[in-house]
Parts: sequence; structure tokens; C-alpha cells
Amino acid sequence: MTSTSDGLGPPSPPGAMEWIRKNLFSNWYNSLLTILGATVVYFTLINIITWVFNTADWRPVTVAPLLYLVGQYPREELWRAGISLLMVTFLVGMSWGVWKRYVRAFAIFMGILLGILAVFPLETTTITLPIRVFMLINPFLIYLGYRIGRLQSVHGRHVATLWLITLLLIPLVILPGFENSSLLPKVPTTVWGGLLITLLLSVGGIVLSFPIGVLLALGRRSSLPVVKLFSIFFIEVVRGVPLVTILFMFSIILALFLPSESRIDRVIRALMGTVVFSAAYTAENVRGGLQAIPPGQVEAAKAMGLKNFHITILIVLPQALRLVIPTIVGQFISLFKDTTLVYIVGINDLLGIGNAVLNLNPEFVRLQMEVYLFIAVIFWVFSYFMSYASLQLEKALGVGER
Amino acid sequence: MSEQNKDDQPIVIARDVHKWFDNFQALKGINMEVKIGEVIVIFGPSGSGKSTFIRTLNRLEEHQRGTIIIDGIELSHDVRNIERVRREIGMVFQQFNLFPHLTVLQNITLAPIWVRRWSKEKADEIAMQLLERVGIPEQAQKFPGQLSGGQQQRVAIARALAMQPKIMLFDEPTSALDPEMIKEVLDVMVELAKSGMTMLVVTHEMGFARAVAHRMYFFDEGLIVESGTPEQIFKDPQQDRTKLFLSQILSH
Repeated sequence: MTSTSDGLGPPSPPGAMEWIRKNLFSNWYNSLLTILGATVVYFTLINIITWVFNTADWRPVTVAPLLYLVGQYPREELWRAGISLLMVTFLVGMSWGVWKRYVRAFAIFMGILLGILAVFPLETTTITLPIRVFMLINPFLIYLGYRIGRLQSVHGRHVATLWLITLLLIPLVILPGFENSSLLPKVPTTVWGGLLITLLLSVGGIVLSFPIGVLLALGRRSSLPVVKLFSIFFIEVVRGVPLVTILFMFSIILALFLPSESRIDRVIRALMGTVVFSAAYTAENVRGGLQAIPPGQVEAAKAMGLKNFHITILIVLPQALRLVIPTIVGQFISLFKDTTLVYIVGINDLLGIGNAVLNLNPEFVRLQMEVYLFIAVIFWVFSYFMSYASLQLEKALGVGER
Repeated sequence: MSEQNKDDQPIVIARDVHKWFDNFQALKGINMEVKIGEVIVIFGPSGSGKSTFIRTLNRLEEHQRGTIIIDGIELSHDVRNIERVRREIGMVFQQFNLFPHLTVLQNITLAPIWVRRWSKEKADEIAMQLLERVGIPEQAQKFPGQLSGGQQQRVAIARALAMQPKIMLFDEPTSALDPEMIKEVLDVMVELAKSGMTMLVVTHEMGFARAVAHRMYFFDEGLIVESGTPEQIFKDPQQDRTKLFLSQILSH
């Protein structure tokens, strides 16, 4: 502040009034536009707020909140979904402790959101006290995970391993259970639904399609003709077909060709379709990154005597993948939203549940607006955090990049 | 093997080396022998094949006719031979080609750890000694993008030396540098030459050639036009093309 008086140093930032005058009222037509714009925004907001709090009838949402979360998953087995959520929140907390500021905002937001949901006043009997208590544990578990993650002896690779184990355990063991098990009786996927299915398909689709896509991208540049031709064939065929068609192929046609006793679970079939579809797009995005690596990088590595495998793993892929983070995350956000298409093959994802609820009660039929807005907000929250995570990942990996 | 490794035996033998890029013939029969400890400077106009030639020596370019024998190993399609040869040859590029996602230290230790299978501790120790030698030990934990061009090229030299090569190839190592940074790189190269390293250097730095080169080769249109000691080349060039080229690069 002292340096501005003698005319050296940078000029001090303009005050609020000056900023408003300069940017909003600099001449008569800008002033007119500002007033017009402010009026439009004001009335839109007023109308939305009035609609949300007075006009809208939120019964289709509040009458069965669990339906949106887990579908028809048996209520007496609901604790398994709860445990899964606790495992995830604990790991979010640990990630916060280990990776600090890159995860902080996400972890805090998640804790607050789950805390609010736990005490949110709903006129419903389905959300029982135990469920609320279960939800309320989550924020504390995030904090506990954070404290543990901050310990000296806990490293990023430990947390990464735990994530991997958890992401396998939840969909393969905890939620489906086993035949003839008393602790974890089998829950067929026909009763799974809602956000559970949406997350299962999108997280599963993302996690499985990513390595396949990377391999396809490398395969497309391979010097082995068979590998190269297969990769090109796979990528171009899948990219030339709409996702709906692929989902139909896997849901119906695959079942027709396979003997009936080897029936693959229908959610797995839908997941296979999603993975195949996403892998082809990932492959093309990664190929873009591979092409952006200057040939000098490979030459330098070759000149040192590194084997082709090591050159790919140590030099080319780390640089290429960093370049394509924004594109890949964009693609994954699309995939997340595209999973709503599975309701066409009879799987009740979040959107499918919404449609089912609308048909539940004749009074609900005219309440589409409320249901779809509710679902849209959920999708928006998840999508926004995916792009937020992408930015954090870029920052975390962008060290030293000029 | 033992006979070829004797000091008077050539460590690099190139006989009648030909190279085509599609229909363009880049090398039209190059013959060269380099003994251990010799410093060779290769110069000539752009497109004369000088870079292509040294790149055939570690098989970054494949020669289509003729013979190349490095330290007793003939370069052919045998991948294991190529890998063996590359382990013995360090290379420094015009564009540095450092790995931007790795620190300076990681750049240097990468090949020793993955190719030579050294422990990280040993690789780190030798890398630090090399950084000391090229004069930038304090930059070890930085990323290449945070260094100046001259510092990057010195890291590249340290990286090539980390594999403890018998031969060093330099492909126009100072051409991409700002003038004030050329000297710091040349100083390192002069020190390396005086330590007895076998070097093949493509460069137009005639001061460097005069100071340390044992022999110079003038390339034009894929052929060796003239060769000799720096004394012969500078004082008494035999060919008109050599005279013309030297007058062009020395006149300003």
C-alpha cells in the first residue's frame, strides 16, 4: 500500500463502486443492458424459488427416497449398502489426509452433504432412525479417515490399494452376497436399482474401460499387424454404432447365443456393453495423447538402451495420459450420463426409478417436472465433481510442466 | 573380442554405409574408422547426411547397405545386438530430449536403473557425481522445464554418461542454444574429450574442433568429401567445396 503513493509498484485494485461503474455502467447502452439483465435474473430467480418452495409437489421424491438410492434392494439387507457407503467415505477421508488439498474440498463437501441428508426433515416412514444414524456416522468417519491418512506411516499407495480392494469388494461380495449364506444372503441384481445401479455402471464402466482403452490405443500403433488390425477393427466398429444398439446387443442377442445355463447377469451384460463402448472412445482419446509426444522422447529412450515396453510404460504413457486428462474426464462424464440408457433394457437406474415412481400413483403423473429436476440435480452434482476432480488431478500431476 | 578392444583397434567401423529415405539417398557409401579415445568432428551443409550417419551408429536409423561394427558387434536386425550396442553408446541431441515429466535426477538414473539394473542408491550416487561434473548439482530435484537451455543440455550429457558408455555421439549439441549458453556446454564437451572419451560430434563449432578434434570429416550430399586433422582442414583444404563451406561459416 505504501508503494502506490510514490507512483512505483502496481496500481491498487479498484474499489467496488469503481468496478461497478467501469464494468456495468460505462455508457448508456451498457447501463440499459445491466438493468435489463438484472431484471430478467431477478424474476427468473423469484419464479424458481416460489415454484420450488410453494408450487412444486415433492411427494414423488419424498415418499420413497430409498427407492432412488438403491431400488428394490431388500430393506432388511440395507445395512450392506450402508456399510459400502461407510467404506467409501472412510477412504475419501483417508485420501484427504494423504493427498491433502487436492481432495479437501471434495471430502468436506461430501461430509456436509451426508450430514444434511441425515437430519433432513422428510415426512416419510421409510427413512428410519437407524438409517439416519448410519448417515450421520459418515461425516465423522471422513474425519477419522483424514486423521489416519495424515499419519506418517500411511502412504498414497496404501490408500490406492485400499480403494482398489473396496471397489472390488462392494460390487462383487458385499452387495450381491452368496447363495446359502446367512450373513450375506444372495440379493439378485434384478432388485438393485436407482443411484446404486447408476454408480455401479458408471464407476465400473470407467475403471474397466480405461485400461482396455489404453491397450487398444497402443495396439493401434503396434507394429504387429494382427494386433493393429484387431484394434482398428474394434475401435471403428464400436464407434460406428450407437450405445443403445450395443446395450441391446449385449442384453438380448448375447443371451440368445449363449446356452441358458451360462446366463450372464443382466447388469453385468449392461456393464460389458458400457465398457466396450467407452473403451473404444478412450482408445481414440489416448491415441491423440500418444501422437502429441515428440518422437525425440522415444529416440532418447531408445538411445539409452531401454526396451520398447519400458519406453511405453516409463516415458510415453505418463506424458500422453497427462495430456488427455481433460478429454478423458469429459468422456467419462458423458458415460456417466449415458448410463441412463440402460432403462431401455429393463434395468432401473436412477432415471428408471424416476419413471417407475411417476407410474406408482395416478396423482404423480403430472409431477414429471419435480422428479426429473431432482434427478438432474443429482447428475449435476456428480458430474460437477468429476470435472473438479479432473482439475485437481491436472494440478497434482502438472508439476514442472511448462 | 579381446583383440578388437586393443587400443589400436577401431571401436567404430563403418564400411560403405548406404541409407535411403524412400527415393532420397541420404548416405552414398560412408567409410569411417574410429579408435578408442579419438574425437571426431563431422561437419557439412544441412542435408549432407551427417546427422543421419551418426544416427545409424546406434540404429536410430537403419542402414540398408554396408557394414557397421561397434565394439566388435555388427549392427543387424538382431534386436539383442542393437540393445547391447545402445548400452555402450551415449547420445546427445540437438533438442536435448530430456523427459519433461521426470526430475533431473530421475532423467539421469532412469536407464541405469532399468537397463543396467543398478540399485536406486548406486544410480543416485553416480548421477550426483555426474551433475557435479557438468556443474549443476543444485538442480537435481528440478524438472527440465525449469532449467535454461544450456543447463538442459548439460543434464542430457550427464544422462548419456550415466550409462558409462564407451562412445559418445553428439548431434549438433549447441545448435538450439542461445549464444551465451554455447560456451558452458562446449566446456563440458572439451573436458570430456580431454578425459579420453571416444566422441563423434556433428557440429559447426570450429573452435571446439580446433581445440580437441583428432580428425575432421566434411560431409556433402551423402558422401565424405574430405577428411583430415584440424590442421590440414583449416590450413590446407584440398577440395573446393570444403574451402567454400569453411569460408562461409568462418567469414562472420
